[in-house]
Amino acid sequence: MNRSTIDLWVGIFVAIGLAALLFLSLKVANLASFSSAQSYKVEAKFANIGGLKVRGPVKSAGVVVGRVADIRFDNHSFEAIVTMNLESDFRFPKDTTAKILTSGILGEQYVGLEAGGDATMLKDGDRLRLTQSAVVLENLISQFLFNKAAEGKDEKK
Amino acid sequence: MLAAGLRAQLERLGGVVTSTIWRLGYASRFLAYLVLHSGTALRRFRLTIAEIYFAGVLSLVIILVSGLFVGMVLSLQGYETLQRFGASESLGVLVALSLVRELGPVVAGLLFASRAGSAITAEIGLMKATEQLAAMEMMAVDPVARVVAPRFWGGVISMPLLAALFSASGIFGGYLIGVQLIGVDAGAFWSQMQAAVDWSNDIMNGVIKSVVFGVAVTWIAVFEGFDAPPTAEGVSRATTRTVVTSSLAILALDFILTALMFTGGSR
Repeated sequence: MNRSTIDLWVGIFVAIGLAALLFLSLKVANLASFSSAQSYKVEAKFANIGGLKVRGPVKSAGVVVGRVADIRFDNHSFEAIVTMNLESDFRFPKDTTAKILTSGILGEQYVGLEAGGDATMLKDGDRLRLTQSAVVLENLISQFLFNKAAEGKDEKK
Repeated sequence: MLAAGLRAQLERLGGVVTSTIWRLGYASRFLAYLVLHSGTALRRFRLTIAEIYFAGVLSLVIILVSGLFVGMVLSLQGYETLQRFGASESLGVLVALSLVRELGPVVAGLLFASRAGSAITAEIGLMKATEQLAAMEMMAVDPVARVVAPRFWGGVISMPLLAALFSASGIFGGYLIGVQLIGVDAGAFWSQMQAAVDWSNDIMNGVIKSVVFGVAVTWIAVFEGFDAPPTAEGVSRATTRTVVTSSLAILALDFILTALMFTGGSR
């Protein structure tokens, strides 16, 4: 086999190898959508974050508007501080509410933002005042059982 | 009497350990020498290109075909389990993550070791047995720089590309079976995959794995070939040892790399 044929095949091999890497990066990992678009940081305190994870989505009206950047524990208030990176294209009023929600029954948890009515918009480093913690299933069930028990007592009297 | 028997056993154990350590040290010195003297292989890159042809291009068919079948089997098996939990839309995630993180680098590495590694060992071993390497030394040509280094770099360059091709063709096979044959929704298949697969955490770690395997396999292959006793039997033994040692090395390294990469990173 002469040189140019070998060169041609090696060229084809390297080209389709790199194309496979590109395919994995763009089509499988969807690198393009995580472009380093301009973003701003917003903090929120939650009494309980449930199973929220770093890099989890931040959604408003079901649309992903950012990602969870960091989760810390505040030693003074004994609450969780969640830092979120929101894309600069999306502006929210200052009195926006943050909730920890679950997609589906067994799905992953995400931060849901509900816009308020304030005229001033959130800036980089702002803290959301109104938050709602994750629903812990055990607490919900025990509350339900207590209510049922209390109802039963009332009916007996 | 008993003490003498025990002493003989201990001596044998010690002999095995010291000879293993000696061989490891020899192999490491060989690698260091090889890297330091690979100037020729990189300057006269045509030598390396010829080796990429033998190690990479000629392995293409086996890599693509086995990747396709591994992906198709993963898809069939994964669907059977996932649909019990009503989660058949996650099929894309299952196929992509298992291929990109584990099966791509590992199976491609095993195939590469048996397809290209054994050929490299046999070739270098035969060159040594037929005294071609000695003849080169007589002509003041360093056989490590002229023969070994191009094969080493050819293998190291080919391996990550082969692993990426294996993963890509496996995901395509999973798509064929999952979406075209079973009828999982194509949009859910791709979008869930894209949401779950992380670029740096999954794809890049897979690439790092395949680079490490490539270095390990070709290192073992060229060392076994260079170190082979210059007889027909010696070359055949060295070839067998290459396949066995590099397969075990891939599996052991894979465990270590997985433990380093994917534990604690699931936060």
